[in-house]
Formats: sequence, structure tokens, C-alpha cells
Amino acid sequence: MATDDRFVIIGAGQAAGRAAEAMRGQGFDGGVVIIGDEAYPPYERPPLSKQVLIGDDEPPSTYVHDPSYYEENNIELRLGVRAEAIDRTAKSISLSDGSALPYSKLLLATGSQLRRLSLPGSDLAEIRYLRGIDDSLAIRERMAPGAKVAVVGGGYIGLEVAAAARKRDCQVTVIEMLDQVLSRAVAPEVGTIFEAMHRDHGVDIRTSTPVTGFEGDSQVRRVLCGDAEAVDADVVVVGIGILPNDELASAAGLATDNGIIVDEHGQTDDKDIYAAGDVTNHPNAILGRRVRLESWQNAQNQAITAAKAMCGLEEPYTQVPWFWSDQYDVNLQMVGLPEQWSDLVIRGDTGALTFSAFYLDDGRVVGANAVNSARDIPIARQMIQRAAKVDSTALADPETSLRKLLKSLDG
Amino acid sequence: MADTDATAEWHRVASVGEVEEDEPKPVRIGETLIALYNVGGKFYATADVCPHEFALLSDGYVEDDIVECPLHQARFHIPTGKVLDPPAEDDVPIFPVKVEGDDILVGIPKD
Repeated sequence: MATDDRFVIIGAGQAAGRAAEAMRGQGFDGGVVIIGDEAYPPYERPPLSKQVLIGDDEPPSTYVHDPSYYEENNIELRLGVRAEAIDRTAKSISLSDGSALPYSKLLLATGSQLRRLSLPGSDLAEIRYLRGIDDSLAIRERMAPGAKVAVVGGGYIGLEVAAAARKRDCQVTVIEMLDQVLSRAVAPEVGTIFEAMHRDHGVDIRTSTPVTGFEGDSQVRRVLCGDAEAVDADVVVVGIGILPNDELASAAGLATDNGIIVDEHGQTDDKDIYAAGDVTNHPNAILGRRVRLESWQNAQNQAITAAKAMCGLEEPYTQVPWFWSDQYDVNLQMVGLPEQWSDLVIRGDTGALTFSAFYLDDGRVVGANAVNSARDIPIARQMIQRAAKVDSTALADPETSLRKLLKSLDG
Repeated sequence: MADTDATAEWHRVASVGEVEEDEPKPVRIGETLIALYNVGGKFYATADVCPHEFALLSDGYVEDDIVECPLHQARFHIPTGKVLDPPAEDDVPIFPVKVEGDDILVGIPKD
């Protein structure tokens, strides 16, 4: 490969760090430039709502690579600067510092942005969102013992924030619009278990409660909930989801639809432009549909796939989606992306918070949640990948070895 | 084996029947946590702690001669310890294994 080629990566998150590494791993010896608008080198976000927020870890523990790695591998980090436009004809990017950066191939790893509330009072101080390192540190600072923390949204982020806040001895209220927490992520049976767990840890969970506004003075003091009782707060953390950062791509005329449209190699409809991570709408052959995934796994592995394709090695990106969450001493892992299921098979002891839930549709495993049962995940993943028909009685019986059950499916 | 004998201290960690195929067994020699594997009747030992973040490979998923970490799905080649898939970047340390009669012995390097 010609050494004057330059691969530019827009976005400096986990996907960017892994993509740059994979480019060098493929022996690409041209220029690699990472453009990021934050001050930090590529980092992983999961700990920001877990170990970092609790205070067990500090931000450098989240870095994909030690900062010295980039210099050692001749990867240029341009931090604190934003890509403003892509000129696809000139193959050049306009940056917020007024400069232009030519590329031979481009990787868009622009990630996601927060969904924000637009309600009366929603611009009051101390209404916070959690996305980056600075957000996590600022929220952590407000989580002093006894502080009243109101969490808007009972999804993963909301519940992880609630767990971290309880660990820091705050008074915590979670306000969820729907009738259950985690309802977009897990089956109602599993959501109920998590709701009870948080109540056992002293969290006040208010479901079916829409937030209608905020009151305060120099900062927020109360969360208004329509006809329901208002919630006093010293700090509010809003976790109501994220949206793909695909404006740069669509402004450049690339196809977007809930994310940047890419193929199984991460290639957009411009052959010199690829995309990876949260921002892509990509095909998943196992699921048989297009998906946009907000996950650690996708940020890492789709980025590697796209980087390899940019270097000429095309390997389709095909993985069963996998996610995890840590709340208190409970590790929840999820595989698959079930849209519908006819049976939920529970294996293990829900009371002891050690169990797995298998989502079956027409007798086939389409998803699984493992609660403090991570060992079940690789086997569940194989079952999903093979669209295996599994006997639900055997699956539910902890005495049946899952591994043997999987093997019996081969016969 | 003679070379290894000179440089390693051997410890009995399990009997042959205790290590099932595809079911790594956690063992401990002093402070060292070790995962013991049976790959097609041949025994191997690696450090039990994933070189990426704290997780036990003995809780991981074994397929043929590959173990997958239960935490982040990094994969390692059991006989050599070579890392095959990220997020781990370093190989997992391996230890020599020998079988004497019914006993599995693992060698720990001498200081």
C-alpha cells in the first residue's frame, strides 16, 4: 500500500481506537488520523455509568489504549477539534479550526448524541445527562452522601446511575414513563425482578409517571410529574436514550436512515467512506434484518471489520448482538435482539438473582438474559446463531448441562 | 521435559478424571490462579485471570482448543496462550503440564 495514503477517522471513541489499531494490525503504513471533539483519547463508555460513577475507577482506566500507544504506532490524535463538513469530490474534511484535511479513505465513527428533554424548566442547572467522561465526573461530584438524586428514565443508564447513587449513599428516585423499568430491553418478567431489586436497595421507583417539567431557583429543586407527586432533587440525571450522529454523513449526501447506511463490511454508498459503531444502520445476517446497535461489542468489532475492509481484507460483520449491565452486585448479560417471543424459559433461581431467561419463538432460541450467570451466554449465543429448536423443559432444568443440550442439537 | 524440570517446580493440582473436556477447572498454586483444560484428552494450563480485565477463564467457554473470556469475549488459544480476539491485547501466560499416573501436575517457574 502506498505510504502517502491517509486514512482519517472522524470520532475518537472506542470504535476509532479499535479501528486505528486494526489498520496498523493489517500492516497499513500510511497516515492514520483520528479527529475528536473531546479532550480525551479514545475511551470506552460502559464504566462511566458504573465503576467511574461509583468512584471505584478513574477515567484513564476507560482508555482503549494508553495515550503513548498512538505515538508509538504513528497514529495522529487531533483532539478538541470537530469535523464540520466532508467534501467527497475533493476528498477533504473541513475542521472547526479552519483547516482542511485530505483523506484517501474515511471512517465515520461519530457515535451517538443524547436525547434531551424539552420541557418547562428543563434548562435549569443540575439537570444532567451522562454521555462522556466529564459528565460522569460532574455527576459523581454531586452524588454526596444524602444528596437527593432524581433519575429520569428507567433504562440501563438510569438504573446504573441509581445503583451508583445508592452505593454513594444518596437518596434515589427513578421516574419512568412506562409501567415498568427496562421495558425496551428485557421481558416484563425480567424487568419486574430488576425493579424489585432496586426497591430492595432503597430506590424509590415510580413507574407510569411522566415527567412534565422542573422547578428550581439557581438550580433544579423539583421534578414535576403531572398529577403525580413531585420529586425533590439536588441533581437530576436524565437517561432517555441516544440518537445517531449521522448529520455529517447526510449533509455530505451519504445515505442515512436511523444511522448511516452501510453494508456488511461497513462501507457506505461512497466506496471510499466507511462507518462503524453506534452510528451505523447495518445488516445482520443472523437476525435477518438491519439494526443499529448501541453497544460496546459493536463499537469494537464493527470498527475492526471496517478497518480491515479499508485495508483490502473483506470479512463480513456478523455477530449475535451482546450487551451487559452491572447494577449493585448483579451482572446482567443479554444476547440476541428478540423482537417477539412466545415463551420465556427461566433457568435457575430468580429469588437468588442467579438465573438465565431464554426467549423462545416457535421453539427456537431468539434471545437470552443471564443474571449472574455469564457462563450461559456463549451457549445461548450459539443456540441463537443456529436458530436452534430447544426442548424448553430441558432448558429450564438446571440439572441439564446447557453444553450437552447444545451438543445434542448437532446430532 | 528435562529442561522444564530444571526450571519449574511441579505441583499436583488435580486427578485426570476431575478435568472434563470443555469444562476448565480452576486450581490454585500458592497465589497463582490457574485454569486447567482437557483438550481431546491432553491437558493444558493457563493463568486463570484474563489479561484484559479481571475475569476467570475457567468460567469461560471452551470450544476445541480455544477459550473465550466470560466478561468481554476475548479468545485465547489454549495450548499457546496466544490472544486471538480483542479486547485483550496480551497473550495469557501458560504453564507446563504433565501427567503422572492419575495425577495432573503443573509447573511453576522457579524464581
